[in-house]
Amino acid sequence: MSVDKQTVAKIASLARIKMSDEELERMAPELNNILEWVEQLSEVDTSDVAPMTAVIPNILRLRDDVVDADPLTGGGKRDDVLANAPAAEHGFFGVPKVIE
Amino acid sequence: MTDFTSLGVKDIRDGVAKGDFTAREVAKTFNDAVAGAAALNAFIVTTPDHAVAAADAVDAARAKGDTLGKMAGVPIGMKDLFATRGVQTTAASHILEGFTPEYESTVSANLWASGAGMLGKLNLDQFAMGSSNETSYFGDVSSPWRKDGSNAAMSPGGSSGGSSTAVAARIVPAATGTDTGGSIRQPAAFTGICGIKPTYGRCSRWGVVAFASSLDQAGPMARSVEDCAIMLEAMAGFDPKDTTSLQMDVPNWEAALSADLSGKKVGIPKEYQMEGTDQAILDSWEQGKAWLKDAGAEIVDISLPHTKYALPAYYIIAPAEASSNLARYDGVRYGLRDLPEGAGLQDMYAETRAAGFGDEVKRRILIGTYVLSAGFYDAYYNQAQKIRTLVSQDFEKAWAQCDVILAPTTPTASFPLGSLDADPLTMYLNDVFAVPASLAGLPAMSVPAAMTKDGLPLGLQLVGKPFDEQGVLNAGLAIQQRAGFTAAPEKWW
Repeated sequence: MSVDKQTVAKIASLARIKMSDEELERMAPELNNILEWVEQLSEVDTSDVAPMTAVIPNILRLRDDVVDADPLTGGGKRDDVLANAPAAEHGFFGVPKVIE
Repeated sequence: MTDFTSLGVKDIRDGVAKGDFTAREVAKTFNDAVAGAAALNAFIVTTPDHAVAAADAVDAARAKGDTLGKMAGVPIGMKDLFATRGVQTTAASHILEGFTPEYESTVSANLWASGAGMLGKLNLDQFAMGSSNETSYFGDVSSPWRKDGSNAAMSPGGSSGGSSTAVAARIVPAATGTDTGGSIRQPAAFTGICGIKPTYGRCSRWGVVAFASSLDQAGPMARSVEDCAIMLEAMAGFDPKDTTSLQMDVPNWEAALSADLSGKKVGIPKEYQMEGTDQAILDSWEQGKAWLKDAGAEIVDISLPHTKYALPAYYIIAPAEASSNLARYDGVRYGLRDLPEGAGLQDMYAETRAAGFGDEVKRRILIGTYVLSAGFYDAYYNQAQKIRTLVSQDFEKAWAQCDVILAPTTPTASFPLGSLDADPLTMYLNDVFAVPASLAGLPAMSVPAAMTKDGLPLGLQLVGKPFDEQGVLNAGLAIQQRAGFTAAPEKWW
């Protein structure tokens, strides 16, 4: 499978990265090179193989269903969370208007 | 007076504990060395005050007779992928330029708790994506090594290129690295130092800027196997804030170090005999077998049949995870915001990400977005995850025949900066020997083994069973003792 400039433009739009025509022209052959190379994976018969889900067996831990059960993973950090925001107002993240 | 810059982690820790010198003296010497090495571009920011404050705390604790930590008095470099409270953390990207975390990563917090101090935040490939340290927004890192008779700037490897450069140049005794598909081992090999990536889950990923979460692991980079063992002990440990963290005790790797490999079997995977590998690398591999045999090990031939598919599978899985992980950089919560006059929310996202990400990062986000998109998910992503299962099963079968695997770390020695720019794919091939262990989550280490005839270091790689960092470190120690690698780059910076 190979991608043309229009496909790259579509992917870039899905990934929310603005790209100029010139960048799309440049990216398309680079992506095709990589995609052609990974294509070799299709020669492996994997019909009886399960896809990897966890590389090292581990258990999913659950915490108690209580607010701030573990202070290490708990909340109450609004100001810390907002400290690096490009635009924080009234305790919220500011964004351009999205409704009329 | 001792030249502190020639000392490693163990020497400094023991010297401070014995009272041969103070932690403050050591910190000041390394602060000066860092300040005098700007030409290497190894650091994005330096933090001399942090190093001195940590040293003073250790000196005060010693004066009071308190028990000192595992890394007491050792100043280190911190890869700028670890969030450090109050100190800019960029992942070498423009999109995170100026980001000052309100929290400390678990690994760095563990190191500070063990008495280490921070000399600064080390340069890297942007978001750890790269194998030459040429994708950083803050400029290329130059290796302290140069080919005999040449002044061309050489690559320190990547993505932990600032770390490898700083350790090799002796401006830090040790540094943190992270390894997603070779980012500790390849730069260690390129610069003649040691580096170990532990079993996936040993080191907490909390507070480490995410690249590919199912692969990312932190680890130490230093100039000896002993130093790596000490520092890994300080970095590792269960962390409830990381759901993939291993709930296991951290072994005392340093105390159990032994270069006696009697009764151990070392596997030599035949599939690692690849075309395009330098003769000098193949020679060092042969030498490595002889060294391990001399240490008492039995050498056995093994097969890892899916080796050739590991790298292409990695270049689907890692970009897929990256495209998802990097969706968080949206110009809303932290980092760069590019909001043209009158633009809406969607435009803000697209403009911010266009301005904030470098080319290699964009390339991987696009690949990842493509392989995860409707219609292509099964053919690419799901197939790659099945291949990953096969790669992992290859190793499981191999463990029936051997205890540890010996292989080259890289197919070539370091190359001049700028020489592999034209084709991203050629760059990717650097990690062909490193990626299989990453896909399988196994502990793996690079130790310096030899020099090429034009004066560049080469590394050998050891891969171990899950949780068997000790086996990897011990085989690494056996090589270190026999290789007698003492070469150091000549100072030009």
